[in-house]
Amino acid sequence: MTRYLTKRILLAVLTVFIIICITFFAMNAIPGGPFNSEKAPSPEVKAMLLKRFNLDKPVLEQFRIYLGNIVRGDFGISLKTGRDISSTIFESFSVSARLGIAAVAVALVSGLILGSLAALMRNKLADRIIIFFSTLFTAVPSFVLATLLLLVFSIKLGWVPVWSVTQTHYTLPVIALSLYPMAYITRLTKSSMLDALGQDYIRTAYSKGVAGWKVIFKHALRNAIIPVITYLGPMTAYIITGSLVVESVFTIGGLGSKFVTGITNRDYPMIMATTIFLASLMVMANLVSDLIYKAVDPRITFE
Amino acid sequence: MNNNNGFPKKHPLSVQLDLTKFEPLTEDEKRQQDIMSTPTTFFKDGMRKLFKNPLAVISIIILLLIAVTIIVAPVIVPYKYSEIISVNGVRDKTAKNLAPFTYSEKEQAYREAGGKVFPHIFGTDAMSRDYFIRVVYGTRVSLLVGLVASALVLVIGLIYGSIAGYVGGKTDLIMMRIVDIIYSLPDMLIIILLSVVLDQVLGGLSIGILSKLGTNLISIFIVFGLLYWVGEARLVRGQILTIKKNEYVLAARAIGAKPGRIIRKHILPNCISVIIISTALQIPSAIFTESFLSFVGLGVQAPMPSLGSLANAAREGLQSFPFKLVFPALIICLIVLSFNLLGDGLRDAFDPKLRK
Repeated sequence: MTRYLTKRILLAVLTVFIIICITFFAMNAIPGGPFNSEKAPSPEVKAMLLKRFNLDKPVLEQFRIYLGNIVRGDFGISLKTGRDISSTIFESFSVSARLGIAAVAVALVSGLILGSLAALMRNKLADRIIIFFSTLFTAVPSFVLATLLLLVFSIKLGWVPVWSVTQTHYTLPVIALSLYPMAYITRLTKSSMLDALGQDYIRTAYSKGVAGWKVIFKHALRNAIIPVITYLGPMTAYIITGSLVVESVFTIGGLGSKFVTGITNRDYPMIMATTIFLASLMVMANLVSDLIYKAVDPRITFE
Repeated sequence: MNNNNGFPKKHPLSVQLDLTKFEPLTEDEKRQQDIMSTPTTFFKDGMRKLFKNPLAVISIIILLLIAVTIIVAPVIVPYKYSEIISVNGVRDKTAKNLAPFTYSEKEQAYREAGGKVFPHIFGTDAMSRDYFIRVVYGTRVSLLVGLVASALVLVIGLIYGSIAGYVGGKTDLIMMRIVDIIYSLPDMLIIILLSVVLDQVLGGLSIGILSKLGTNLISIFIVFGLLYWVGEARLVRGQILTIKKNEYVLAARAIGAKPGRIIRKHILPNCISVIIISTALQIPSAIFTESFLSFVGLGVQAPMPSLGSLANAAREGLQSFPFKLVFPALIICLIVLSFNLLGDGLRDAFDPKLRK
């Protein structure tokens, strides 16, 4: 167990390190420096600025400094706003985190319920409807869904107010983010639930006279849930990338829309910082889902 | 010494049959020996199953319709994707944001004077360009990205996976560690990052097709080639590991076949169906990625449209002209859904594990 844990954590740290390497050296490959604008400062000022931001040092030395700063939680300052990036990230992340956690919860709960329902009512009308919609929703990109939801419910029908600083309405963004993972979990749960329901221990439980709901919840669902756990990592990744567009569509000032504005403005320190931050988050989610998966299923032995 | 049917008995202990004890088959019984169905091959049988699946057939029809449209439409429709509509040789600036099948004032006047104006099937966009032809070109770009990207993934994954799986041992271990690391990278973020970077790095170059497609599209291909093949490589390796253990591979090796020949002749044909299915499912994911990048502003270079960038452009004026979002959105969904259903259908028809 401990050995597996250390191995897994080391791999995660290595992945984050590789991501930092890629971001740093990729950004370094971009021609031109931050002080090469039309209003070029005088050579002395430029030399001073370069010294101030350690840009006069060799690349490897710069990388070492950057790495050290990241460990201390310092991502530098934004090229556009001049503000400290770390504080910007942590401010905007609270909004995104609320959105993301709500989306994960909605997707998980409704996906599990719908998937189990579809499995239990196999080949009945309810099953057909659920599977029809879950197939449909896996083909709708999140930005299309977000824009359509905004168009129909906020603009045309006026049921949900458009997002503003004073009015925070999470319903539509959460739906836009969670429909795809929900549809995926529904399909996953259905197939694993059907698999579980066909097992011998289910028949044994029924023949012992265990109540129907108890068989479903205690015997079938607990086994059917295992494949869903492996999807937790990819789902987090999907929701994080989805939040980039969903937040820009609904004009939510979260981390996602900050990232997209960073891309549009070619604000390189901001892009680097958000990439590293979000990527670490995804690596962490993968690690956690792997560990839960191993912990939940006693049949899986630790290597 | 003869027995009763006239044949000489060879030996007392002979097991020679006594024909009198048999009776001829009736016509009915003879018919049981008829071959009821024509002999079939794996491929034919799979295709038969595929065409029995209504969802897969509908998907094929939809994809064919889209393919025919995007090939034929640019020939028929007299507009170009980057061309401002002109009436009688004069640019018509009033033809902005027309609803489907409507005409601008100038066009109306020209029509009343007896001229012919090709209808704007999807209306026009904010820059007075015919929207239908833009959607057609957007679909072309999106499909091109999907096909080329999955072809890249297929080739790289196939070669890498076959080598790792066939050679095995330390080579396999090292190769698969590399795959593990690439697999754990968050692909979407790296794609965004590399698109930003490659856009700047490749920006200076403008060689023929590069300048037309835009550097972003090239960077999408590069990134797919760098990151997305790992799933395919894992799949191919797993297939090869199981097939490698079969006796016919051992037999081929025993008579001195070279590894390349064994992989090509004996192993790949046996796992080709699984690989094709995963490629079919790779196409919609590539289209998804491209439309996402275009939506974020990292897609194809303007004025070349893609379905994602069209949907992004439609966000301005969403309230007044919702149709501009609906058309590209609908086509993305149709393409992705069709490929998904076709992939599922192919899997049901061809995957040996699911065949009964």
